[in-house]
Amino acid sequence: MAQISRQAANAGAGGDLDPRFIPRNPGIPLELDWVRDVRINRSAVERRAATLGTRRTVKKEWQAAWLLRAITLMDLTTLSGDDTPGRVRRLCAKARQPVQPDLLEQLGASSLRIRTAAVCVYHAMVPTAVEALAGSGIPVAAVSTGFPAGLSPFAQRLAEIGASVEAGAEEIDIVITRSHVLTGDWQALYDEVRAFREACGDAHIKTILATGELGTLRNVARASLVCMMAGADFIKTSTGKEGVNAVLPVGLVMVRAIRDYLERTGHLVGFKPAGGIRTAKDSLVWLSLMKEELGPRWLRPELFRFGASALLTDIERQLEYFATGRYSANYRHPMG
Amino acid sequence: MASIPQIFESMDYGPAPEAASPALSWIEEHGGRFGHFIGGTWVEPGAGEWFESMNPATGKPLARVAQGSSEDVDRAVKAARAAQPGWADAGGHARARHLYALARQVQKHSRLLSVLESLDNGKPIRESRDIDIPLVARHFYHHAGWAQLMETELADSAPLGVVGQIIPWNFPLLMLAWKIAPAIAMGNTVVLKPAEFTSLTALLFAELCHNAGLPPGVVNVVTGDGRTGEAIVTHSDIDKIAFTGSTDVGRIIRVATAGTGKKLSLELGGKSPFLVFEDADLDSVVEGVVDAIWFNQGQVCCAGSRILAQEGIAEKLTARLRARMETLRVGDPLDKAVDIGAIIAPVQLEKITALVKQGEDEGATMWQPSWSCPTEGCFYPPTLFTDVSPSATIAQVEIFGPVVVMMTFRTPAEAVELANNTRYGLAASVWTESVNLALDVAPKLAAGTVWVNCTNVFDASAGFGGYRESGFGREGGREGLREYVKPRWTEGRKVGKSEGAKAGGKSTRADERSPAQGRVQTFRASDLPTIDRTAKLYIGGRQARPDSGYSLVVHDASGAIAGEVGRGNRKDIRNAVEAAQSARPWTKGTAHNRAQVLYYIAENLAARSDEFRKRLRSLTGDRSAAREVDRAIERVFSAAAWADKWDGHVHHTPFRNVTLAMPEPIGVIGIVCPESAPLLGFVSTVMPAVALGNRVVVIPSGRAPLVATDFYQVLETSDVPAGVINIVTGEPDELTPVLAAHDDVDGLWHFGSAEGAAEVEKLSAGNMKRTWVDYGLERDWFDEEQGAGREFLEHATQVKNIWVPYGE
Repeated sequence: MAQISRQAANAGAGGDLDPRFIPRNPGIPLELDWVRDVRINRSAVERRAATLGTRRTVKKEWQAAWLLRAITLMDLTTLSGDDTPGRVRRLCAKARQPVQPDLLEQLGASSLRIRTAAVCVYHAMVPTAVEALAGSGIPVAAVSTGFPAGLSPFAQRLAEIGASVEAGAEEIDIVITRSHVLTGDWQALYDEVRAFREACGDAHIKTILATGELGTLRNVARASLVCMMAGADFIKTSTGKEGVNAVLPVGLVMVRAIRDYLERTGHLVGFKPAGGIRTAKDSLVWLSLMKEELGPRWLRPELFRFGASALLTDIERQLEYFATGRYSANYRHPMG
Repeated sequence: MASIPQIFESMDYGPAPEAASPALSWIEEHGGRFGHFIGGTWVEPGAGEWFESMNPATGKPLARVAQGSSEDVDRAVKAARAAQPGWADAGGHARARHLYALARQVQKHSRLLSVLESLDNGKPIRESRDIDIPLVARHFYHHAGWAQLMETELADSAPLGVVGQIIPWNFPLLMLAWKIAPAIAMGNTVVLKPAEFTSLTALLFAELCHNAGLPPGVVNVVTGDGRTGEAIVTHSDIDKIAFTGSTDVGRIIRVATAGTGKKLSLELGGKSPFLVFEDADLDSVVEGVVDAIWFNQGQVCCAGSRILAQEGIAEKLTARLRARMETLRVGDPLDKAVDIGAIIAPVQLEKITALVKQGEDEGATMWQPSWSCPTEGCFYPPTLFTDVSPSATIAQVEIFGPVVVMMTFRTPAEAVELANNTRYGLAASVWTESVNLALDVAPKLAAGTVWVNCTNVFDASAGFGGYRESGFGREGGREGLREYVKPRWTEGRKVGKSEGAKAGGKSTRADERSPAQGRVQTFRASDLPTIDRTAKLYIGGRQARPDSGYSLVVHDASGAIAGEVGRGNRKDIRNAVEAAQSARPWTKGTAHNRAQVLYYIAENLAARSDEFRKRLRSLTGDRSAAREVDRAIERVFSAAAWADKWDGHVHHTPFRNVTLAMPEPIGVIGIVCPESAPLLGFVSTVMPAVALGNRVVVIPSGRAPLVATDFYQVLETSDVPAGVINIVTGEPDELTPVLAAHDDVDGLWHFGSAEGAAEVEKLSAGNMKRTWVDYGLERDWFDEEQGAGREFLEHATQVKNIWVPYGE
């Protein structure tokens, strides 16, 4: 608990992510009663999730604007065993210029500074990415702590965070130990995330719940709360490696946990759905979800990110369709 | 128009209009004017009258629609009558093919139907597109199946004939489907009148019927206002009226059809409770409220318009509801991102506005979101009242708008009490994460549908309909089919011999004469005089002297005095109903226990069979007395057997959910016994009613009431709890109207004359009690089909559908 004072001191000084507006979540002591009181009715959550995309839609200029916004909320990601410096440099170039200037011009949106929110890589690729993004203001996010399973030795996981921060990562996407959730050991989960956060220092911490492995929505909600109590800046759905990744019912539950936490503590926590978000339409539904459930503050990169790799191409195609009236093709848009 | 960079900053929603043009072109193709659809063709209104159908979102006319006169209705009824025998004779499979084709037609033209519905009604396109129209198609698919299965699954049932159907404006096409699909599946033909505000989708549906090759006359659509409806209700060649609408109009229809022999089903208003327990998932509750009261602008008969929240969470819920209301969007119904569309008409908007003002005047706290509601067209913002007491007008009357009131409770028992503190009983919604609590509360709610952790979900396979003044009859599911068939044996029934008089035969019935007019037995010197037996009323488990202090003399078959019975009056009926109401534990107890009591009754009746045989022989002079007693014992056994076997169903509603269709007892049933077969008639009616958990107030046969008074001695020795069976002797003609008009009597069975039946049906309109009358037609009580079985069990129960979605 000695960490708390330091955490509090960090509040409001959280890296490059617009600290003027969004003070960091300092966390609070673990409140087990709150965690145990969580009620989630899966059927009702699914009903709400099923109508999110049918109750709201944006068309024409609105759709184009929302899609551009979606790009700026993207953690452009590559997390493959065959990642190389060349591949990462290519991705970083795409992050700097995700939409071709001529297309932006056609949309009347040249005045907008469209770039992705971050580039997300494994630790080994952090130096390459930092170098490739130098001067762009785009932070590098590193997945960490034995990603994706999170079962390597604890000291090693802590050291991994330190190394990535040392290498220039400004955001650390950690994975939690799923067994803490599945066995209801909330104290262990809390302590783990607290320690991770401490290790992050000024880098922002995104806690990946790997919701596809937590069994129930109630577990998702409880894990979300514990991570926020432990000081998570973001809670994130998935590694992208689980069988089920970012799905709307899970997102809804996590977003409601964020709202609950905000109501009771006054602290703002971000949300990052990751994995499986591949179409422009999907991204619009997620944006509606954020706008409806949490409000417009959660439509900015300080509090919302998409973890995605294939999404950008589909968005580019949709933007071109809007601009030209002709359906587009993948090859017309530069690769990341 | 906003530029992309501006929108990029604001992240506002923009317009997302669904094109109205295909629907407008369809109207245009018809010259902007529609006649009636009768006998498979378009027919101009006989009186040449037309009226305009308006778009409530703009206040502008969409089309001109024919005003149906009684001649038009008559023409439609004739077409339906002509088509009916062929339609019924075509067989279930042929009808199934037609219904299947209609389902396909609805699907193939779903977008046109949706857009037209939203234009004409004002409901958001999301709802017409995603809810109304898919449910319409589903209803025809499901009932195509019932048509296919009718000959096997309803082998003893026959179609009614021609059905008149009158539907409301809130779900125009869905209500049409709920009416037409089961009716035609069961071999009836229909004359349907859509609401005058919303005729257009019914007319498009008529066109689809034509295109799908439905035989002419099977479906007829006559448009018009209340006058057209009245012409349908009062038409002499219609066999059944099915109505959905307000309780006030339902009551008028009940009175208007009383005694005509028209079968009737009514789906009326509601003030449905929405119970939130402290262990509920509150965020999901908030979305539940959105679905409950901000669905279809709150113009939903089963809208969850009374939130009952447990005190500990009420404040939190209020805050979350208000936050959610800020994000609701009211506006153009054809906008795909609108939650709340237009109120149906200015008159309805005025009504809502007035009731909200009254709510404020009566001291409740009114809250509306900060954004401004469109001022052009008919719109009303979502509205939440807190600090509402049950006595407030807005807590009692149906507002039929996007206005919800919130009250609090302390315990589950109080929640149930508040929930049931209404004249209505259409639906209820229960929110808790405890399965124990949910399944404890659901059966206690006086409502035809109980949604656990959900609300306003519907399906063709689950019955929907009311308790209390929300009407009777079910729509959907197996239970809904009953409304469109009759027992086959009732076809061609004749007027019963002994049921000719108003409530009972006058011939040998109890008569008020001076007691001095005779002693019964001739006195012989060697005999001691018989000890005088005083037959009393039987109320609340006790023999009670009649309040009037008068007795009626009962004569035997030879005209000699057989004894005397008390002359019950209205106060005795009142006392009997009170006793029956307080015998509620009988209803809550187990069916096994009720069966045990009934078997015990049979045992004791058998032990006294000689006595009953003699009594019957003496009173009726009928040689069948021995047979009647034996059959009566068998009937008690039969009722006892059914007590724990009249099971419900689990409906296959198409999502992860258990829908329990539970037959529940009606409550307190008045039974006016038949004149024929005094013992068997008594036993055949009373026993199934109590076997299934009802408590009864019986007016025995006027002809032989001593059989019933003898019978209470059997009851007294058979562990029948006090108040379960109450017997009030007297003048049936005098007592029956008191029962029929009693607002705490839930059902009334009448096996007397046609005239008496008419009076019963008329007076029942007060509290919309369920009636079962025989119109003085013959019924052979000795016959197994006519004197026992499913018909009795169906009338002794009403089906409650409890929806329980599941999943962790």
